[in-house]
Amino acid sequence: MNQRQIWLTLATLALFAAVPPLTVVFDQPFYMDVVARIMILAIAAVSLDLILGYGGMVSFGHAAYMGVGAYAVGILSYYGIDNGFLQIPLAMGASALIGLIFGAMSLRTSGVYFIMITLAFAQMLYFLAVSLEEFGGDDGMSAMRSEFAGLLDLNDPLQFYYLIFVCLALILLFLHRLVLSRFGMVIRASRGNERRMQALGFPTYRYKLAAFTIAATLCGLSGALFANLNEFVSPDAMQWTHSGEIMIMVIMGGMGTLIGPVLGAAAFLLLEENLPEWMELIMTNAGEHWAIVMGPILIAIVLFGRGGIHALFARRGGGSHG
Amino acid sequence: MSKHKLAQTIGLAAGLAAGLTFAATASMAETVKVGFITTLSGPAGIIGKPMKNAFELGLDHIGGRLGGMDTEIIYGDDKRKPDVAKQLVNKMIKRDRVHFVSGIIWSNLLMAVHGTVTRSNTFLISSNAGPSPVAGKKCSKDFFNVAFQNDMMPEGMGKYMTEKKIDNVYIMAPNYQAGKDMLKGFKRMFNGKIVGEVYTKLGQKDYQAEISALRAAKPTAVFIFLPGGMGINFVKQYAQAGLSSQIPLYSAYTVDAISLPALKDAAVGTFGVQHWSPDLGNSVNRRFVADYRKKYGKTPPFYAAQAYDTVMFLDTAIRNAGGISDRAKLRAAMRAGDFPTTRGTFKFNNNHFPVQNIYLREAVKEADGSYVTKTRGVILSAHGDAYAKSCGMKW
Amino acid sequence: MDPLLLLEQAFNGLQFGVMLFLIAAGLTLVFGIMDLVNLAHGALVMIGAYLATTLVAWTDSFILGMILALPATFAVGALVEIVALRTLYRRDHLDQVLATFGLILFFNEVVRIIWGPISLYSGLPDYLSGHVEIIPGAPYPVFRLLIIAVGLAVAAVIYFIVAHTRLGMLIRAGASNNEMVGALGVNIKTLFTFVFALGAVFAGLAGMMLGPLTSVEPGMGEPLLILAFVVIIIGGIGSIRGAFIAAIIVGMSDTMGRVLLPVLLRAFVSDAAADTAGPALASMLIYILMAAILVVRPRGLFPARTG
Repeated sequence: MNQRQIWLTLATLALFAAVPPLTVVFDQPFYMDVVARIMILAIAAVSLDLILGYGGMVSFGHAAYMGVGAYAVGILSYYGIDNGFLQIPLAMGASALIGLIFGAMSLRTSGVYFIMITLAFAQMLYFLAVSLEEFGGDDGMSAMRSEFAGLLDLNDPLQFYYLIFVCLALILLFLHRLVLSRFGMVIRASRGNERRMQALGFPTYRYKLAAFTIAATLCGLSGALFANLNEFVSPDAMQWTHSGEIMIMVIMGGMGTLIGPVLGAAAFLLLEENLPEWMELIMTNAGEHWAIVMGPILIAIVLFGRGGIHALFARRGGGSHG
Repeated sequence: MSKHKLAQTIGLAAGLAAGLTFAATASMAETVKVGFITTLSGPAGIIGKPMKNAFELGLDHIGGRLGGMDTEIIYGDDKRKPDVAKQLVNKMIKRDRVHFVSGIIWSNLLMAVHGTVTRSNTFLISSNAGPSPVAGKKCSKDFFNVAFQNDMMPEGMGKYMTEKKIDNVYIMAPNYQAGKDMLKGFKRMFNGKIVGEVYTKLGQKDYQAEISALRAAKPTAVFIFLPGGMGINFVKQYAQAGLSSQIPLYSAYTVDAISLPALKDAAVGTFGVQHWSPDLGNSVNRRFVADYRKKYGKTPPFYAAQAYDTVMFLDTAIRNAGGISDRAKLRAAMRAGDFPTTRGTFKFNNNHFPVQNIYLREAVKEADGSYVTKTRGVILSAHGDAYAKSCGMKW
Repeated sequence: MDPLLLLEQAFNGLQFGVMLFLIAAGLTLVFGIMDLVNLAHGALVMIGAYLATTLVAWTDSFILGMILALPATFAVGALVEIVALRTLYRRDHLDQVLATFGLILFFNEVVRIIWGPISLYSGLPDYLSGHVEIIPGAPYPVFRLLIIAVGLAVAAVIYFIVAHTRLGMLIRAGASNNEMVGALGVNIKTLFTFVFALGAVFAGLAGMMLGPLTSVEPGMGEPLLILAFVVIIIGGIGSIRGAFIAAIIVGMSDTMGRVLLPVLLRAFVSDAAADTAGPALASMLIYILMAAILVVRPRGLFPARTG
């Protein structure tokens, strides 16, 4: 990661940190929720980027781990266990376990087969959640906010906001260290040429599986926070379109960078929310057809926007090689 | 309304410029603000659009002023996603400071926003979704449903088929929460024998395998709950399998003004059950249906009638309470449920869900070639839902 | 379970499989020869259904409408290839997934604007709405038999093209090494456009035949798209034979799973538990099947690519 990227990351985090006081000054507490949601999905996107951008593993089922994390919180809350010290580790543990199992099987394949098998596993979990009658099935279930007795009160929007902020900052720091470590080097190198790495004696399968599991674990945390934000859990979070959206956030922001997916999550969610309103300004009732503009925007990003938003700020080249 | 909005924007801008934000808040208190959330974009816009249309028609009919007060409506498109709905609700409550959140088509979306709205001292008015938890243990003094509780229709069908001494019934629904609730509701009031109970995949396209199995079970009648595209698929294929002339088809939430244009003859002669029908003879409904057809060129579906009723409900309650400042008084006025409804009769249960008539409807082809549902009698009169007794609310 | 009913269900499975093959054929060709992951393939199914429904209504003839719809979907396919997809061939799969995801959003919305959100009415002429009693006591819809016949005929035609024509030779060569095809002096651009449009016609044909059976609505292609992907992954990308066999496997196991799993489970657990677990397992079945096959054979049953 070059100097520019570090400054960009710090600037973004400083901006996030400044949001709550700003919302107080302008008396618009609502925007704290907006940014909280952005940060949670940023965690999911940045975790996907570890395997997608750095590792070259195109997982099309990443939303599944968000779902697992969210359901872990929801199900524990259903049985009256609201203790966050228990919920959060269990949510991450469950995602790690499932990531490990799915990863172990998926990583035997590569290329398009990998894209599709990850999608298939996510679909399995989606249909499983839909048929879990005990936990609300398709209707989903409400979840109480996690309790961190004596430490945090998540029902206080400010404390909740900064909890998410700290999680995001720590994850960025962790991933920053990780991609620069020997482990990260192997992951990045096997993206370029896996056979050479194998010839050099690196068991790339194990390295990739470890990266896959880490990504799933972090995404599980984002799911657990998501459940807390919404106070609600439903299979909707595991739909394949949601996996696609997380992927779009990564690409939009710039994959193979750490701050890129964060910017991408912000851009995507703000666009999704405001595009209909902007279209409404041009023509009445045009807002409901927002997809006709969103579709071409995605295509344009792919065709012309190499490097994503990140490339607008940081000079290209530093990108995918840290 | 746009004039008000303009005046307000100018007022707000002036207020902000002067640094007097509290002045703007004070002027807002005199306006009734209502959030209306439906699904406008994507395939499910097929339901949300008629609701929004009917809501606007209702506002036209009362001159755009709920209870005679200045009114501002904030529309929201939930894109059928629970987290988007949740964020819309947060925006409406915290930024727009609405007094009522209304609309909401889907049970899962309602479940996602229920707690947020009711805890924030804002009234939540469902214009469609009626899942069982919020009708029972989780009922709330600030939540009203002006549509129905899910189980009411299948209960009606169960009762009707029991009365008609129809035995050996085959029942089918998609494998998700509402599907299971529906069949449970049917069985609650059906005393005959059930020869098959099948749960199909959500969003299924091809039902030929189920139809083969169904035929082999030799039922006297079939009852289905397959909303939206699934119903269109099934009813078409059922007709093509040649079964519609052999085994009568009964349904809930399947054959309506939205699916009929796609089904046409395939649905003719099938029986459905609903709390409303476009041909109900009361004067409110006649005006609603005629004006809706005139303005939008289509027959309104029941979702639209509910959205129209939502306007009338708010209008009447605010008028009778003399404003919105006294919440207890407003709640009491809402509980009276004495608004001019398209359904003819309406009353609230202790859980704030409707007590209403359930009608038998038959799909018919009109002389002019159009396809509509016709009322074929009242199956249950003044029917309340089964969950009301587990709601602890008394008033 | 009654053996005759089981036979009828096998027939249903075959018919579903044949339908899946029509969608998967184009997908696997495009995948194999151009190395393009096209998520918008489901949109072509939808466009085929809408064009056919509209043309049938216009011409007031089922046959004529269907026949006219074929060149129309070919034209749409060619246009999409030239305008949007051509630039994507050299991109990695990720870019392709995203851009074609964008195309799905676009097409669904275009259809919604042109034809409206309400599903279209598409019926059958009288001569196709009859029944034949192939299996005693189970009259089978003529139209569904027609689907099986058309599907098998198309499979035979594709097999002939791929195995015995110059075009087929190029397709086979392209599936294993598309630089070589260029080296042969073939105009790759035209070949690609033609193959893509041909795939669009097969998908459109599936849509046309689905029209009278299912709801013609925006987004109708997506559930089928995922199934078609499962098919070509199981079959091995680029392999027509693999796509055909996998389509029948998926069609059969989905149909049989839906019908048999709840019954089977009732033998082991309580009825209520079987009613819950049966449909859940049935809806996961083909994904489990696909995962199992990929774990054993990471490149599908009939891998076309060697590299």
